[in-house]
Amino acid sequence: MRSQTLLFSAAVVALSAASAAARAETTLTIATVNNPDMVMMRKYSSNFEKATGIELKWLVLEENVLRQRVTTDISTKGGQFDIITIGMYETPLWSKAKWLTPFDDTPEGYDLNDVLPTVRDGLSYEGKLYSLPFYAESTMTFFRTDLFQNAGVKMPDNPTWSEVAEFAAQLNDTANGTYGLCIRGQPGWGENMAIVGLLGNVWGGQLFDMTWKPGYNSRAWKDAVKFYVDVGNKYGPPGMAGNGFNENMALFASGHCAIWVDATVAGGFLFDPKRSQVSDKVGFAQAPIETWNKGNGWLWAWALGVPTSSKHVREAKQFIEWATSKDYIKMIGENEGWLTVPPGTRMSTYDNPAYQIAAPFAKPTLDAIEAADPIHTTRDPKPYVGITFATIPEMQAIGNFAGRQVSAALTGKTTVDAALDMAAENAERMLRQAGYYR
Amino acid sequence: MRQRIAWGLARAALGWLVAGVMAFPVFWMALAAFKTELDAIASPPLLFFTPTLENFAEIQQRVDYLAHTWNSIVVAFGSTILAGLVGAPAAYSMAFIPTRRTRSVLLWMLSTKFMPAAGVLVPIYLLLISAGLLDTRTGLLLITLLANLPLVVWMLYSYFKEVPLEIVDAARVDGARPLQQLGFVVLPLAAPGVASTALMAVILSWNESFWCINVTAVNAGTLAVAIASFSNPEGFFWAKLSTASLASVAPIMVFGWLTQRQLARGLTFGAVK
Amino acid sequence: MNMAEVQSTNDDPGFPAAPAVAARGWPRARQRVRTWPFMAPAVGLLAIWMIVPLALTLWYSLQGYNLLSPPRGFVGLENYDYLLTDPGLPVVIWNTIVLVVAALVATIVLGTQIAVLFYQPFHGRAVARLLMVAPFFVMPTVSALVWKNLLMHPVYGLFAWISRSLGLTPVDWFADYPMAAIIIIIAWEWTPFAALILLTSLQSLDRDLVEAARMDGAGPIATFIFVTLPHLARPIAVVVMLETIFFLAIYAEILATTVGGPGLATTNLPFFIYSRALLAFDVGGASAGGIVAIVLASVVTFFLVRAVARQL
Repeated sequence: MRSQTLLFSAAVVALSAASAAARAETTLTIATVNNPDMVMMRKYSSNFEKATGIELKWLVLEENVLRQRVTTDISTKGGQFDIITIGMYETPLWSKAKWLTPFDDTPEGYDLNDVLPTVRDGLSYEGKLYSLPFYAESTMTFFRTDLFQNAGVKMPDNPTWSEVAEFAAQLNDTANGTYGLCIRGQPGWGENMAIVGLLGNVWGGQLFDMTWKPGYNSRAWKDAVKFYVDVGNKYGPPGMAGNGFNENMALFASGHCAIWVDATVAGGFLFDPKRSQVSDKVGFAQAPIETWNKGNGWLWAWALGVPTSSKHVREAKQFIEWATSKDYIKMIGENEGWLTVPPGTRMSTYDNPAYQIAAPFAKPTLDAIEAADPIHTTRDPKPYVGITFATIPEMQAIGNFAGRQVSAALTGKTTVDAALDMAAENAERMLRQAGYYR
Repeated sequence: MRQRIAWGLARAALGWLVAGVMAFPVFWMALAAFKTELDAIASPPLLFFTPTLENFAEIQQRVDYLAHTWNSIVVAFGSTILAGLVGAPAAYSMAFIPTRRTRSVLLWMLSTKFMPAAGVLVPIYLLLISAGLLDTRTGLLLITLLANLPLVVWMLYSYFKEVPLEIVDAARVDGARPLQQLGFVVLPLAAPGVASTALMAVILSWNESFWCINVTAVNAGTLAVAIASFSNPEGFFWAKLSTASLASVAPIMVFGWLTQRQLARGLTFGAVK
Repeated sequence: MNMAEVQSTNDDPGFPAAPAVAARGWPRARQRVRTWPFMAPAVGLLAIWMIVPLALTLWYSLQGYNLLSPPRGFVGLENYDYLLTDPGLPVVIWNTIVLVVAALVATIVLGTQIAVLFYQPFHGRAVARLLMVAPFFVMPTVSALVWKNLLMHPVYGLFAWISRSLGLTPVDWFADYPMAAIIIIIAWEWTPFAALILLTSLQSLDRDLVEAARMDGAGPIATFIFVTLPHLARPIAVVVMLETIFFLAIYAEILATTVGGPGLATTNLPFFIYSRALLAFDVGGASAGGIVAIVLASVVTFFLVRAVARQL
């Protein structure tokens, strides 16, 4: 009798627990970057929560810290996150390591074909898509239309770096605090080496040749970096070696730069009168080429992926599909203004007349993204995928070291040749340690 | 007499000058918290500008300030109190009952801080996974406790050494057991030192960011994580970062003010006479 | 008991104090007080904290373990070889030591002066003291960013504006004097730490001694050298030991400003480990780097202890 009561009580308890679990809310933990578009996504995610009953919890960090945090967790199978924000560097690497869930089951209405092909390809591995893009960017040249007009020169749509240097020389006016050319100098694989990588490409060079010998000390790279150091010192602002994207944007937006080559996403800031003092004086052109006409602009996307360790894959994908959908973009456009919609991911955004009117830089951005090809980039064949970085695990360390050497050359601590030789030697050492030459 | 007044004024002037110079960057940062982003990086730098509270509103919207502050309080004060409870007896023992091993033990305790965090991140992370302590206040508190314990022991040892042995022995002769000596004689006499130690330990845990960011996710994040979320995005951030930082510094400054009053107590050991 | 005798017992730098006390006639029973119950919790906790991660790190340092590749298993001393034969290592170790020594000297010299200054009361001292400690309240990363962007930036920083107003060209700190800039930031952050510890210790300085010295005709400087400094010997030793350990591990300020550059100018050992190993997801290398850092810290401490041990 007793055992029957016990069994019955146990069954009741088990049943109520089970139904409680079924009713329990799913909570998704999201790790994301602190860029304005993501901040906005978080703000509007309450719409998603209300519609689906799924609770969202956020961890927001700066790009490099986020990457390190998420890598630590995903590689040790910590299982802390259901949704992670990754880019074109992490997605192929982590899909290869089998840490990400493929997106092979997106619903019809999502319209995967609307997503720009280059962006889609950059987030795929062996034909399968492993993250859905939220935002994408390439490179563009921004310049001050008023300064150009006063000097009587015109910026071509597809300038070369030599032409840009000439303009910079003409417009450089240190007495009045206007510097001819502002470009990144802050050391880092994604900072100064992003720009210097473009220079290397269009001078005919590449990061690694087919035998994985580093290309840093090749003729092409040495010429490119000599140009960079020369122009940077002559027409760049003081403190260039500490300027990344944000610092240069601060300089341009407060009227200190005549020309600035950097991410297309800057367009959204520079045209906003609340954030830029020169919002009515900005012109744009494609990122400069030189002797080689490809690889002049990078391709970067922030995308949302689901770790295989997540226990809520279906719900996670639901959120990601919502946040990267046409409807989401439309919602941001209508509520916040078309200038601030996440750029670079969907053709429908660029076809939208409202966007074309609000964002004069829309078409050049689209052109730049479509032209950025991470596979067929350089003059000579290359064994890696990527435009300013190779999608290999060692790239961050190699790129950071090279970035520091380049900044040493920029600040006159060493010669260009010595700096690039050291960068190449270090890269070779790292690749040898990692087994590339066995 | 005149000379003494002059000296007093000179000292005051110098003291305020030093305070001003040290605090100036913090003041400048606090000022930036009330500027728009454009104003924050304006050149020439603006001392006078139209203040705005938009940064505070944005911080409020983007970060659950109260939740993060609570985590910070629990971790910082919890670990400091625990470190005090565990460290004070050890410091007492080493200060008043020293042995030949005391110095080695002190040095050994310090040596537990030799390992840079970057070198030991993955092993600790794996340990936390198996203990189920990831993204918990407990896990972070434990790590903070262990990281600060050597500091607490060393500082308490140093301040305990300044308490005259005679007083402690008098208490012992009067029949007080060691813990009573510690609690009723040593601690009150070393109160300024204890206050300073507590302040240092709390500040170090409050501002600790490496472990905090790497070991928490969305539940146990302290103010250090909240501040990190404003650092270096794609876009202007210096005003917002200053605001977030100000919001984190303010509570700690209040605590600092409270402990400073302990320091003000002019302590002499005239009692020994 | 007169004051001099009490003072001498307290400040006796000799080690251990117990025999001296016993010699003065206190019961031997004192020496038989068992200390291990007091020490056990602290020592036990720290022992676990040290041994378990240390053992794991040692083990990993002998493995070829990259987070992104399948583990290669035991590789012997390969990780150490890779790190120790790095051509940049001598520069990195030199930078580490320069940073530690410069920051130590700056913080302790300034800290002592500030402590002495704030020791005597003056109008509004409490507020001034809190302001003086303010640098230590700010997170290191934020401090570094404030110095880099709001103060030291050669175009829109405050120092640049001041220089231009005086007709000078602004100093490009992080390009031309990167190590000096980092040291300035560290010294600014940590001087309050030293000052506060020393100031607190001054509280127990017997004012009678100071009075006696003054009555003997000693000026302020002589009083400082012969009365104050000896009293501060132990706290200064404590500050030296503690700060050395912290400065050997400095990382956040470098990451936020120079990222170790230009070249290797501001790369110290923790940053070197981060950028060579952790950034490449090389856990084996990072662990080996950790062991190397422990060795370096031990060597430094060994020399430090010889210099200041008497004071402890």
